[in-house]
Amino acid sequence: MVSKLISIEEAVDQVRDGIRLMVGGFGGIGTPVSLIDMILQKGIQDLTLIGNDAGFADQGVGKLISHERVKRLLTTHIGSNPDAGRQMMEGKLEVLFYPQGILAEKIRAGGVGLPAILVEPDVGIGPSQQEQLVRYAGKNYVIEPALTADVGIVYAKQADTYGNLIYEKAARNINPLVAMAGKITIAEVEEILPAGELNPEHIVTPGIFVNYIVRTSGGMGEWGF
Amino acid sequence: MGLLIDQRNMIARRAAREILPGMTVNLGIGIPEMVADFLPSEWNVMFHSVNGILGVGPFPVQGEENAHLSNAGGTPVTLHSGASFFDSSVAYGMVRSGRVDVAFLGALQVSQRGDLANWIVPGKRVYGIGGGPELARYAKKVIVLMSHLNEMNEPKILRECELPLSAKSCVDMIITERAVIEVTKQGLCLTEVMYPYSLEEVVTKTGAPLIISEYLQMVD
Repeated sequence: MVSKLISIEEAVDQVRDGIRLMVGGFGGIGTPVSLIDMILQKGIQDLTLIGNDAGFADQGVGKLISHERVKRLLTTHIGSNPDAGRQMMEGKLEVLFYPQGILAEKIRAGGVGLPAILVEPDVGIGPSQQEQLVRYAGKNYVIEPALTADVGIVYAKQADTYGNLIYEKAARNINPLVAMAGKITIAEVEEILPAGELNPEHIVTPGIFVNYIVRTSGGMGEWGF
Repeated sequence: MGLLIDQRNMIARRAAREILPGMTVNLGIGIPEMVADFLPSEWNVMFHSVNGILGVGPFPVQGEENAHLSNAGGTPVTLHSGASFFDSSVAYGMVRSGRVDVAFLGALQVSQRGDLANWIVPGKRVYGIGGGPELARYAKKVIVLMSHLNEMNEPKILRECELPLSAKSCVDMIITERAVIEVTKQGLCLTEVMYPYSLEEVVTKTGAPLIISEYLQMVD
């Protein structure tokens, strides 16, 4: 079997200026920090970034925002990164907010080939953002389009060379969803084993969703507390 | 108004009394995170965290934090027996399908009808919509834990929220360092006044009419 393990530098060749980049992680935990550092180092810009939050100022996914590499952000929470709020108010960064569970479900839908999800109106999506209303089973719903990305980057605890992934504790968060929603998915992993070494019962993301795996250069959890 | 740690603890301790053994409870960011510390573990309350944990335990002792184990606010936590991990879509699936008994949320403002504002102060600070709207809509009971006044010493409980709303008519109860207030069809009902505040100090610092409960308690 061909191994999907490549270098971080090779993997980040997939990330070009102006693409839609989806990133796993929640409040810093489970963020693919080595891939983000390489994206930053390569000078990639004009990104549309899709992720749970804006990270922290100049930390984790927040680095891409603090260094003004993101022009559009689809997310749910930016309170922990003052740079994001400042750029938003200055008009430098366009931010589209979605309620957290709706964002997660839009990403999941994108990953599993559904075109959209139906959500109840008045659950935190502003009228200007409500694309289309539909009546189903006697109730009104908003059609929320699924989300996909040109490249999705995730963090996992373990992988095998086929790209099967196992996460760790709360570092799972939106990573399994992001792993499915990218046209190309790159997983940054702590421990990489030959195919066959992971218990199939324990695999959370099947390797079919993962195009490349890279070995993390570490640094997880440095700001968690 | 910034609260002292003793006041935050007092709010969290009072909030814990709204929980019954065996309940599933979501704790939001801020004071709500502290509620778990005031419940006996043998009550088997399952604390739900939207980053993908059911069965959040107390805060770890210093030095025993796990870099991959935090609540939705990013604070290190431990696990209760029976805990599980899952992704965020499943976490909200539990919420949306009505399996969460109580959600404790922070707030910037609450209206007399139970409208909730907790995501943006236009021109000043953007927090983001977060999980508040869905927890507020789908949890069986929604309790706001917050300071009674803002940084300008102005009431946060108002006839109408001035800040953009996160969710309408969703809050069932408000617990602050000054009072416990229930949101009823008739309006806001004051049930408890916290030490050392007087009834007058609660009424004058609340920006909406208060119905004084006939069972009003002055809490020591």
